[in-house]
Amino acid sequence: MKILVPVKRVVDYNVKVRVKPDQSGVDLANVKMSMNPFDEIAVEEAVKLKEAGTAEEVVVVSIGPEKAQDQIRQGLAMGADRGILITSDEDVESLGVAKILKAICEEEKPDIVLLGKQAIDDDRNQTGQMLAALMGWSQGTFASKLVKEGDKLHVTREVDGGLQTVALSLPAVVTTDLRLNEPRYASLPNIMKAKKKPLDKKAVGDMGVDVSPRLKTLKVTEPPKREAGIKVESVEELVDKLKNEAGVL
Amino acid sequence: MTALVIAEHDNETLSDATAKTVAAASEMGGDVHVLVAGSGAGAVAEAAAKIGGVAKVLHADGEAYAKQLAEPMAALIVSLADGYDALLAPAGTDGKNYMPRVAALLDVMQISAITGVESADTFVRPIYAGNAVSTVQSSDAKKVITVQPTAFDAPAGEGSASVEQVGDGVDAPSVSEFVGEELTESERPDLSSAKIVISGGRALQSGENFETLIYPIADKIGAAVGASRAAVDAGYVPNDYQVGQTGKVVAPELYIAVGISGAIQHLAGMKDSKVIVAINKDEEAPIFSVADYGLVADLYDALPKLKDAL
Ligand SMILES: Cc1cc2nc3c(=O)[nH]c(=O)nc-3n(C[C@H](O)[C@H](O)[C@H](O)COP(=O)(O)OP(=O)(O)OC[C@H]3O[C@@H](n4cnc5c(N)ncnc54)[C@H](O)[C@@H]3O)c2cc1C
Ligand SMILES: Nc1ncnc2c1ncn2[C@@H]1O[C@H](COP(=O)(O)O)[C@@H](O)[C@H]1O
Repeated sequence: MKILVPVKRVVDYNVKVRVKPDQSGVDLANVKMSMNPFDEIAVEEAVKLKEAGTAEEVVVVSIGPEKAQDQIRQGLAMGADRGILITSDEDVESLGVAKILKAICEEEKPDIVLLGKQAIDDDRNQTGQMLAALMGWSQGTFASKLVKEGDKLHVTREVDGGLQTVALSLPAVVTTDLRLNEPRYASLPNIMKAKKKPLDKKAVGDMGVDVSPRLKTLKVTEPPKREAGIKVESVEELVDKLKNEAGVL
Repeated sequence: MTALVIAEHDNETLSDATAKTVAAASEMGGDVHVLVAGSGAGAVAEAAAKIGGVAKVLHADGEAYAKQLAEPMAALIVSLADGYDALLAPAGTDGKNYMPRVAALLDVMQISAITGVESADTFVRPIYAGNAVSTVQSSDAKKVITVQPTAFDAPAGEGSASVEQVGDGVDAPSVSEFVGEELTESERPDLSSAKIVISGGRALQSGENFETLIYPIADKIGAAVGASRAAVDAGYVPNDYQVGQTGKVVAPELYIAVGISGAIQHLAGMKDSKVIVAINKDEEAPIFSVADYGLVADLYDALPKLKDAL
């Protein structure tokens, strides 16, 4: 079995981004960038499936700037076999990313594509589902457990009411949720080894895919600021304020 | 302009989020129809017909829709899409699952989890865990949208829409099947729509402490129980209790955060609550920066007192 893992280079989850004064976007200058946390979970799961003998090959792919190489190398250091970087200086929207991934799927023919459920920059939660649609494949989103049973993939999903398990025919698209696993840290020797693993590079323009944006960002603003309130001294004072001042009890 | 709202339900009950999504659709101008796709969900279709401002309800009845699986749901919605300028669903786990599939099948870029409607093609949505708010204009002929229900008020008044049966002859793809589910049983109000929410964090240290310290207070004031990611990861409470950027977004009248530090990912899910209370023993905890009432205290001391004082 072959697993494809798309990983996105995003602002690190610890960074509190600032909106640019001209409202054109958020300020990304000198901001720490990382692999999207849900994608680390996806890489970890793919590598685990390989270690368990369920998968033979794990390929990581990223669409982004040259620098997205760093995130691919991290995936390789975690245990993936090779990488594919599709370079683009412009941001590619989820639909465009899904179309590029479709082209890659047609060439690579993976059995499973494992993505994150959500990139924590744009918070869109849609690329995996879009890819599944374009390929006509089954989808298992928000996965907290993956088990190969016969020729099916059983995916346990974190849903609003609890957990739901579906059986998917392969090939399938799966997106990861937080409880699927705890991603490993790459060891120094593995980081060194990763530098020698193959990494193919192509420009987005050579993919033969229309990625022109459909959404135009008119402005990006600060959220309404919430002022800190007061400190109360005791539980009694708290209950009194909630009853008599805020009127919410 | 006509919009189709996909109802969120469990074949028995229509979610509050559906009416709020209708409100968002109405703000785009034009007629609003609602699609109820389910199995034996006739009562849900009747309930949808009563939402204020709904002109028509489409009811698709079939086993394939019983569990809202993405593949059959998307096939059905796409088969109905011709007559509509916009397709909207609540941004719950069902809508998040099938709507992007619909969008891609229609070659449309979805606009996810909107919190505002500026016009029929321009929408407001939070990005970066709510640290920025972006206003986007869509050039797609058809709009595919998921709606953050907490940002909209359900329409006033009662509707009396007609219910029409649809979905005959739609082929449901058979690439996935439902195996089972483990739903969280609780007598408490639904977390997403509760008027009061009390959430616990890592500091609760165990599921037992949730049971002895948090649940009795929740039951006394009719609150839903939520949690931080740390508390869910540690297994103190089920996954569907998680409030935050990547969990549920809530906006109750009163949100009580106990032993939660207030990471941006958590704040993203609760900072639009009307009144926020934080109980934390660290007076520097970031949660206090959004709290209307902060109590610097050890929760093991404060919660029993709180229970008695209520
Ligand atoms: C990709 C990603 C997605 C995430 N999504 C979410 C999300 O949706 N929701 C979410 O909540 N988090 C999310 N997180 C995690 C988030 O970054 C924080 O790690 C998490 O919210 C911390 O949980 P906590 O506040 O319970 O724990 P901690 O940060 O450990 O805080 C515990 C708090 O309890 C206080 N405390 C300790 N003992 C006591 C006591 N006896 N009495 C009173 N107070 C006490 C401490 O002072 C501290 O402030 C996400 C992280 C990532 C990377
Ligand atoms: N530019 C990209 N390159 C590689 N993978 C991506 C890219 N954008 C999104 N993805 C994948 O799609 C998932 C969901 O992203 P999104 O739909 O944007 O929230 C991410 O977790 C990644 O696995």
